[in-house]
Amino acid sequence: MMDSSTLSPGFAAPVIDAQVTFRALLDAMAHPGAAHAVAPLSPPAPLNQAAAAALLTLVDHETRVWIDPSAAAAAPWIAFHTGAPRVAEMAQCAFALALTLPDLAALPGGSDEAPEASATVILQVASLDGGRRYRLAGPGLRVPETIAVDGLPADFAALWRDNHRLFPRGVDLVLCSGDRLAALPRSVSIEEV
Amino acid sequence: MGPNQASPDSHPDPARRRWMAVLARATAAELGALVRAAGPPAYTVLRGPEGGLVMVRGRAGGGGAPFNLGEMTVTRCTVRTDAGQVGHAYVAGRDGTVAELAALVDAMMQDADRSPALDAQIIAPLEARQKARQAERAGKAEATSVQFFAMQTMRT
Repeated sequence: MMDSSTLSPGFAAPVIDAQVTFRALLDAMAHPGAAHAVAPLSPPAPLNQAAAAALLTLVDHETRVWIDPSAAAAAPWIAFHTGAPRVAEMAQCAFALALTLPDLAALPGGSDEAPEASATVILQVASLDGGRRYRLAGPGLRVPETIAVDGLPADFAALWRDNHRLFPRGVDLVLCSGDRLAALPRSVSIEEV
Repeated sequence: MGPNQASPDSHPDPARRRWMAVLARATAAELGALVRAAGPPAYTVLRGPEGGLVMVRGRAGGGGAPFNLGEMTVTRCTVRTDAGQVGHAYVAGRDGTVAELAALVDAMMQDADRSPALDAQIIAPLEARQKARQAERAGKAEATSVQFFAMQTMRT
């Protein structure tokens, strides 16, 4: 049992709030780069609201989760509310919670027969409104879209190119800041501008 | 969840096991009255009360293979008192009030200073009532029992 005097509640309305957040994630995946608000939640540090809501919505006892060692303080909360088994090896996870961009090549990218067996990275970033600017193009974007993200590494565009090249394999990225999240599915191509 | 699952002496915390079992069998009315009388601390609900299903397994005869008997409705709840104790409850049925009160008492019982008094105030009366109910039912069943000695007599 992971009793802890620091455990805090999850969603106030578990069904509705998870549905609201799931809708936000669907819209975010369908329109890469666009930020969507999640349901209200007060997660423990160092989780931000969007990352915590995405975890409560997507993760359950059947999905293996890798948790950034620097976010280990939130691991009991995640385990209590989702029941998800935590894995030490990034290569075995279905979802990765990261505070800094992990090595995308070290995560499962699925296979050509089963591309859905890849990992989804839930990455906390400082801001979705400032910082480095990237031009996104691909499915879901009628015309290329420009987004600004503070919290991605300097060589992100090059790292992403390696991930995008694997399509239909590759990992998907969910960027979380405050109460908003934006998605970068593997199908999107990214250039720094 | 059966009485024959883990023997009490092999359980890591037999005292807690006893009070959780007593709390899980209590009704909302009797538990509510006892908790109010005991003066509950302020608390936060961490999860639930929420309903779910638990697969109940049976065993054919004494040594038969286990099989899935069916699913039963279970309500669970977890609370944290402001003092920091976390209490859990898994209760048969759909009554969220019982689950929440049982989780609260589980949290209160973990306070070593209060638990002997609470045991006398809440757990012991509930346990006595449950034992009386059980004895009454067993007595009624006993009155209608049939002794199957006819077969034995025929064989010998």
